[in-house]
Amino acid sequence: MTQHEGITRRGLLGMVGTAAAAATVPLGGGSAAAQPDTGEVTVRMTVNGTATSLTADPRVTLLDAVRERLGLTGTKKGCDRGQCGACTVHVDGRRVVSCLTLLATLDGASVTTIEGLADGDRPHPLQRAFVDQDGLQCGFCTPGQIMSAAAVIAEGRARTDDEIREQMSGNICRCSAYPGILAAIRQARTEMR
Amino acid sequence: MRSYAFERPGTVTDAVRRAGSGSAFLAGGTTLVDLMKLEVMTPDRVLDINRLPLRGLDTTGGGLRIGALERMSDVAADPRVRRAYPVLGQALDLSASGQLRTMASIGGNLLQRTRCGYFRDVSTPCNKRLPGSGCPAIGGENRTHAVLGASGSCAATHPSDLAVALVALDAKVRLQGREGARTVDLRDFYLLPGDTPHLEHDLRPGELVTEVVVPALPWARRSTYVKIRDRRSFEFALSSAAVAVRLDGDTIVEARVAVGGMGTRPWRLTAVERALVGRRATEETYVAAAATAVEGTRPLRHNAYKPELMKRTLVRALLELEQTR
Ligand SMILES: Cc1cc2nc3c(=O)[nH]c(=O)nc-3n(C[C@H](O)[C@H](O)[C@H](O)COP(=O)(O)OP(=O)(O)OC[C@H]3O[C@@H](n4cnc5c(N)ncnc54)[C@H](O)[C@@H]3O)c2cc1C
Ligand code: SF4
Ligand code: FES
Ligand code: FES
Repeated sequence: MTQHEGITRRGLLGMVGTAAAAATVPLGGGSAAAQPDTGEVTVRMTVNGTATSLTADPRVTLLDAVRERLGLTGTKKGCDRGQCGACTVHVDGRRVVSCLTLLATLDGASVTTIEGLADGDRPHPLQRAFVDQDGLQCGFCTPGQIMSAAAVIAEGRARTDDEIREQMSGNICRCSAYPGILAAIRQARTEMR
Repeated sequence: MRSYAFERPGTVTDAVRRAGSGSAFLAGGTTLVDLMKLEVMTPDRVLDINRLPLRGLDTTGGGLRIGALERMSDVAADPRVRRAYPVLGQALDLSASGQLRTMASIGGNLLQRTRCGYFRDVSTPCNKRLPGSGCPAIGGENRTHAVLGASGSCAATHPSDLAVALVALDAKVRLQGREGARTVDLRDFYLLPGDTPHLEHDLRPGELVTEVVVPALPWARRSTYVKIRDRRSFEFALSSAAVAVRLDGDTIVEARVAVGGMGTRPWRLTAVERALVGRRATEETYVAAAATAVEGTRPLRHNAYKPELMKRTLVRALLELEQTR
């Protein structure tokens, strides 16, 4: 993965962005015999309400695409392995980890990131609640926490403290701001009704 | 990550036709993308099967049929599943995280790979990942490894919670290959490691799982799944138990018992079932029956706690079932 990090994230994505017609830079081996077509794929999707078209290597994740190609850096990369939840976004209204979602699978999809949650200048009730209730310390996990919480409340799975804790367990907070996070979700749950 | 060609077949026939030994089907991607990043899996073609019509839950004619591409969270939330097979809903609810359950498919869940740390680390040998390279787990870190079904070549556990519940329910998988369709008992679908731990299941190259079929079992309304792990949520099982019991008055007349976290594949415990049947549903009965579960276990250096934990997990599951009488 270091290779992917080093070349794809910082280099390849940027390169593809500036020189759309450039041939794909071959990374790593693949099988020598019968080379399949590893060319780029074009994906048309809606991101935070805006129609977007991206052409990228099929290995690119939704996480890298929103951060590096679309400049939406609110979505965080913690583990890149589905284990921390920092990269949580909504695809077609459902919470997913963007680090394990391939961009190539999203043709026709609608994606919402933390940047798309607020209503113009009016923060989302969860954003306000996280501030009101001290739902964060360093803030690194917060966009993922908020995106998860928004889906959990919408699904009607935030009825009790135990249910909130269980439903939010895919979002790890290294600063252990859990009591504040729980309080924030309780507050927003009432406002979002 | 190695490069690959990305294709989106539109029909089952098309998907199966394109598939071969170097290809991988992509459903939710929560195993495949993870393992491609680690270069544990290096397909040269990724076939995104999400456009295939392998969706839906069907209860007509008794039993339950689940399309392979149904998502874990949707199946868990379905009232028909919750009512008729609580053990399934609970096994799914207790798996992974909310985000992962939203993404992950039923078919992919059954085909997820072991979480053995050596398997996931390409800088170490591993017979499952690289046949013949050796098994560092057997003489190394093996706290989470199997006490049932292991060989001298591999002691990795099968990580799926869902599979444990399905094995208890005698579920079958429908498979579709180029040569046609066939149905296999999930219990026989998973292979013991033996000398060939890289062969994990009875799926021919390019074959697709299309459906999971759960036979009708009216008394599975009294069933439950108990999962013991290092933390309370979002963790794989150290131990788990899927149990269903049919009572006549106070007497157990039929039972289904399977455990997870213990075996190299989801492990059905027919000896425990036999030890339950014909006896009164009391804690004494459960303890005596659970004791038969540890026969044949072979602990390694760091997992000697597992047989005892298995017994206790079974007893707890059977006691919890009493609450639902
Ligand atoms: C952090 C983390 C925690 C987890 N915790 C748990 C847990 O507690 N309990 C648990 O049970 N699981 C757990 N999982 C595993 C998770 O449930 C699986 O990754 C998921 O179910 C796989 O489904 P998928 O659709 O994403 O599969 P994919 O990743 O798309 O595919 C998995 C494999 O199956 C193949 N495949 C997929 N669909 C088919 C098909 N229809 N026919 C033939 N082959 C197919 C793919 O080629 C691939 O080899 C966890 C995963 C992560 C990342
Ligand atoms: S237990 Fe199996 S998966 Fe783990 S290192 Fe040994 S051979 Fe590999
Ligand atoms: S970065 Fe995606 S879950 Fe950690
Ligand atoms: S606020 Fe720092 S990780 Fe959660």
